[in-house]
Amino acid sequence: MSVRTITLLLAGTAILLAQVPFDRILHADREPQNWLTYSGNLNGERYSSLTQITAANAGNLELKWVLQTRTPAEATSKYEATSLVVDGVLYTVQPPNVVVAVDAVTGRIFWTHAYNPVSAARLCCGRVNRGLAILSNTLYMGTIDGNLIALDSRDGHQIWSVPLGRPEAGYSVTVAPLVVKDKIISGPAGGEYGISGFLAAFNGGTGKEIWRFNTVPKPGEPGNETWAGQSWTHGGGSIWTTGSYDPELNLIYWGIGKASPDWNGALREGDNLYTSSVIALDADTGKLKWHYQFTPHDEFDFDSTQVPVLADTTWRGRPRKLMFFANRNGFFYVLDRVTGEFLQGNAFVKVTWAAGIDAKGRPVRVGHPTPEGAVIYPGNQGATNWYNPSYSPHTGLFYIPSWIDTSSVNTSRPAEYQEGNQYTAGSATHEVPALRSPATNRRLQDSGWGAIQAVDPATGEVKWQFRMVDVTDSGVLTTASDIVFAGGREGYFFALDARTGAVLWKAMTGGQISAGPVTYAVDGKQYVSVPAGNAVFTFCLRDQQ
Amino acid sequence: MIATRAFTGILFGVFALSAQEGHGVTPADIQRGAQVFLAICASCHGANGDAISGVDLGSGQFRRARTDRELSDLIQKGIPGTPMPPGNYTDEQVSLIVAYLHSMATAPRIVTSPGMGTGDPARGKAIFDGKGQCRSCHRLNDVGGFTGPDLTSIGAARRPGELQQSLLDPNAGIRDANRPVRAVTLDGTEIRGTLLNYDAYSLQLLDTSGKLRSFQTDKLREYELMKTSPMPGFKDKLTAQELADLVSYLATLKGQSR
Repeated sequence: MSVRTITLLLAGTAILLAQVPFDRILHADREPQNWLTYSGNLNGERYSSLTQITAANAGNLELKWVLQTRTPAEATSKYEATSLVVDGVLYTVQPPNVVVAVDAVTGRIFWTHAYNPVSAARLCCGRVNRGLAILSNTLYMGTIDGNLIALDSRDGHQIWSVPLGRPEAGYSVTVAPLVVKDKIISGPAGGEYGISGFLAAFNGGTGKEIWRFNTVPKPGEPGNETWAGQSWTHGGGSIWTTGSYDPELNLIYWGIGKASPDWNGALREGDNLYTSSVIALDADTGKLKWHYQFTPHDEFDFDSTQVPVLADTTWRGRPRKLMFFANRNGFFYVLDRVTGEFLQGNAFVKVTWAAGIDAKGRPVRVGHPTPEGAVIYPGNQGATNWYNPSYSPHTGLFYIPSWIDTSSVNTSRPAEYQEGNQYTAGSATHEVPALRSPATNRRLQDSGWGAIQAVDPATGEVKWQFRMVDVTDSGVLTTASDIVFAGGREGYFFALDARTGAVLWKAMTGGQISAGPVTYAVDGKQYVSVPAGNAVFTFCLRDQQ
Repeated sequence: MIATRAFTGILFGVFALSAQEGHGVTPADIQRGAQVFLAICASCHGANGDAISGVDLGSGQFRRARTDRELSDLIQKGIPGTPMPPGNYTDEQVSLIVAYLHSMATAPRIVTSPGMGTGDPARGKAIFDGKGQCRSCHRLNDVGGFTGPDLTSIGAARRPGELQQSLLDPNAGIRDANRPVRAVTLDGTEIRGTLLNYDAYSLQLLDTSGKLRSFQTDKLREYELMKTSPMPGFKDKLTAQELADLVSYLATLKGQSR
């Protein structure tokens, strides 16, 4: 075969097809067969309009395929990544940073990219990754040793890598990035190590940093005055759960981690902006539009690293752009996302750190850690955490994976910052294990239990709750056929009736579910997929005989 | 610069390494070992392992090391009093280097053409982008076709002699990672690409347009894992000098590992 012939045969192959331009992500609702971004769409709903699986047939769900991790999971590894699905290819991240592309129908592997983090990487709470982002033909992943890397989605080769911070100083990247226009939004975790947090935008093609917003403001920046003395220098404000985006307002919304050190607020007097807050940033410039601080002067390790869920609905009789935020501190919030105005806050679990929230949205503080130890509800693992909630515009309900009535004894101590060492100034003790439950569970329910709660945002009232014996680190998924998919530490993956909470179907995966489920379709068949234990499990309806 | 005399002096006592030591290695291990070797060792020993007079790392014989363990120690600790430095390598890196050294000894010796060392990379680049039409099938820094392997880091993965051999006889050594595949669907559509994975029931490939494809084999009329390359041989298409130029250019391609 001549060179000329080859050239003619392959005419056009040199043209690189942009697989996922931003327009596809912006209009992800037009292609529910795919899962193009962490929350399924940019408003953070984690709601799918696929309806093949219904309450009537969910009992016919069966296992289609399993993808096992290729290496034994480490004791502190958890499978927390939300998968992406693009035109029949499912991309996942096995902990800590192994990217795998598989056929979404069979689970067979196209390619694997095993990123090797440097040994200096240090994480407070597990060697984890929460997922990928995709733009054009490029996948983006944070690494536990503090980098943001870009991979070719077709063969997995690494295109670029940029450092977000030094792993020796506790900087790690566990958040699934968010793509907004040509930018990749990410930031470092490491609040337990006293990092100086930020959220930044990087050019998707080159990795060049476009803008950076310091979540702990430096001198001269608004908000620095909320930190006494030099306490801002190691103030935390980490990033570890993905935000959301409103294209009409061109605003990015992101939940920010706690202030460092965790437990001794005397070492950082003041409100400690913008920790334990949600921030609204201009997507093009990174300039702050507004902020709302859920837990001023957080002394409870509450963070505010939940997904801000954006809903356009009627509020008190008029259409309004809202944000729903189920916070780790135990309150479910409704904010006006144009202005940041506080509209409503209701406790969805037992809360003792605050007596309530005043009319301006500031909590009425009644609890603090003490040197002797103080019992605080909810505990430091929170009423909920990074595991994603879901909002169904079809039912109008907001679904929270909740830890009900858990507490911790929060103790404050003196501390000095030393690079690379944990900078917590105290500790929390709690009866519910933070990372994973033992293989057998004998813990009494008095110390807390898990549930999927359905909250009516209009009132803050819990309409129903599906109760589990153990707590849950599972994300929640809703569909237009009024099904809620979720799981828990017990290992069950289940489907609930979104209007009543009744169990429609369940499967035992044999491992803790610590990730958000996704749903997708290939050739007209709907699948639902979730990592559990050390594997990804994918289900679909049994074929008709 | 390493003193040739010093190296010649230190490698006294020739012992053949036992090829049976340790666990088995795969072609993929050897390919990774080649990358490590080219990144770490080749700067002194040369890409072919014979740049230092009297030392031929591809011979399978090492004067100071009788066993894999001794060879590994030598790589890790260096040889005191000589230019051979200690290295802070991982155990995995060392084992890959050792695997690659064994493979060099057992692979057919590639005889490079006269004048192979005299290539001009700039002229080679012009051939790559022009007369050779290499980008029709190969990507380089994310530009090019998907029929052949990405060449962005080919210089870090192949020795010059191997590059020359691939250009002269593309069918001589098709690696599993670059296996061409042809599949025909029940409606007669033919898909060509590079094999990524297959099993008793399914086949995964990257097609020539750069799209990941997966097929159930019972939904295919046929498929073929090809033992011949779609790449044309350049034996009669390039002069010896042009070939040397192209090889010298390819040897400079050491971009980010793929």
